[in-house]
Amino acid sequence: MTANTYPQLLVHDKVDNVGVVVVEGLTAGTDMLCVCTEDNSDFRLTAKADIPIGHKVALKDLAEGDTVIKYGEDIGRMVGSAEVGGHVHTHNMKTKRW
Amino acid sequence: MAFDFSQDTVKAWRRENGRVGVRNHVLILPVDDISNAACEAVANNVKGTMAIPHAYGRLQFGEDLDLHFRTIIGTGANPNVAAVVVIGIEPEWTKIIVDGIAKTGKPVEGFWIEQNGDFETIRRASWKAKEYVQWATELQKEDCPVTDLWVSTKCGESDTTTGLSSCPTVGNMYDKLLPHGLYGVFGETSEITGAEHICEKRAANPEAAAKFRKTWQAYTDDVIEAHKTNDLSDSQPTKGNILGGLTTIEEKALGNLEKIGRTSTYIDVLEPAEAPAKGAGLYFMDTSSAAAECVTLMAAAGYVIHTFPTGQGNVVGNPIVPVIKISGNPRTLRTMSEHIDVDVTGVLRRDMTIDQAGDSLIEMIKRTANGRLTCAEALGHREFSMTKLYRSA
Repeated sequence: MTANTYPQLLVHDKVDNVGVVVVEGLTAGTDMLCVCTEDNSDFRLTAKADIPIGHKVALKDLAEGDTVIKYGEDIGRMVGSAEVGGHVHTHNMKTKRW
Repeated sequence: MAFDFSQDTVKAWRRENGRVGVRNHVLILPVDDISNAACEAVANNVKGTMAIPHAYGRLQFGEDLDLHFRTIIGTGANPNVAAVVVIGIEPEWTKIIVDGIAKTGKPVEGFWIEQNGDFETIRRASWKAKEYVQWATELQKEDCPVTDLWVSTKCGESDTTTGLSSCPTVGNMYDKLLPHGLYGVFGETSEITGAEHICEKRAANPEAAAKFRKTWQAYTDDVIEAHKTNDLSDSQPTKGNILGGLTTIEEKALGNLEKIGRTSTYIDVLEPAEAPAKGAGLYFMDTSSAAAECVTLMAAAGYVIHTFPTGQGNVVGNPIVPVIKISGNPRTLRTMSEHIDVDVTGVLRRDMTIDQAGDSLIEMIKRTANGRLTCAEALGHREFSMTKLYRSA
């Protein structure tokens, strides 16, 4: 891959509903190249916010109460909403444990 | 054809008990906190020796005292240590430490301060330390199989990039080396929370699975539930984890577990600082997720190299065990590369595979075993943190 084809978003598993930003300085409106590490398949998604490296992006509209799936597993629940391409983190998501 | 790691060798020290060490330390080891000053004075007198001051060792009892002894004895017994001068306040517990280390066959002698004072203790211990360091510095390295190494792992200041890159890099290394006779260990009991059902399934036998479930449940009930004042979202994930994009313990746990690869299974569950006793393979150790505490316990169990994935940039080291840092976070490589030994940022760019990343870690393990100082060693990180189970009497 050349520099302009590096992915901005990586997804662990085909069933995940969030992916991870893997570049610095991602800005709202970026047409992201997204790669699923499970099978190297790719797709495109528009970022709806400035999202820091390492932070999660919703791959579909998520509503309060929805289970967040990453690694193909349950990693917590939405306590707010996120539109597709939006930022998912502590402001709208929480553990089901502790 | 895949590389045959079973034929790969490093130059290292074969100790009296047959174990392979990759460093050749002469330790000045305090039994207790009040002997730290004498130990540091001896290490100052005799160059090439190292004191390991610590905070405990008085008025401990029961399981907590057992863990203290196991940690101190295990540190002295580690194959990265050639010889040990032990100093305690009184002779009885000093002798327990000396006798424990002596079982390895390595030179060890104890000194105590009561009825001698610091001056006389330092004088006598310095003569012994000088004898040991001149003996140890003439010990020759020999060719040893890579798979005779004991390699531990624990990640720190994790973020979402560790689960994508540096943790599966360690997992790939284990998948490649464990079948050839390597000893491995992972731990961090509370940090398996959210992935405990997956971890339980990675046991090699029903006994190990049951032991893991019991250990995890006990940590949850006796440590977390008994002492928590909120939902732990302020501590686990840590503030650094959250800055790095991790939101929940479940997400952190799943990334953590990437360190045991795709095919590796653990054969037994160890107490903190307990040496593995069921032969070559992977073990789970009951530890906290605090970096220095966990690495200290694994070093005391006899592991000689530590592989440490980090996302946001944990800087931890250990006095006797080289800690190899692996990171795939490009911002961390840009801002604090002096701490990172293995750069796997290519995994996130998709121009490096996990298989290639695993090979680059194995190469760094070999270079480290052959003598390359890790970043943590070069920067003087010697964190030695005892795990304490409860207050002293």
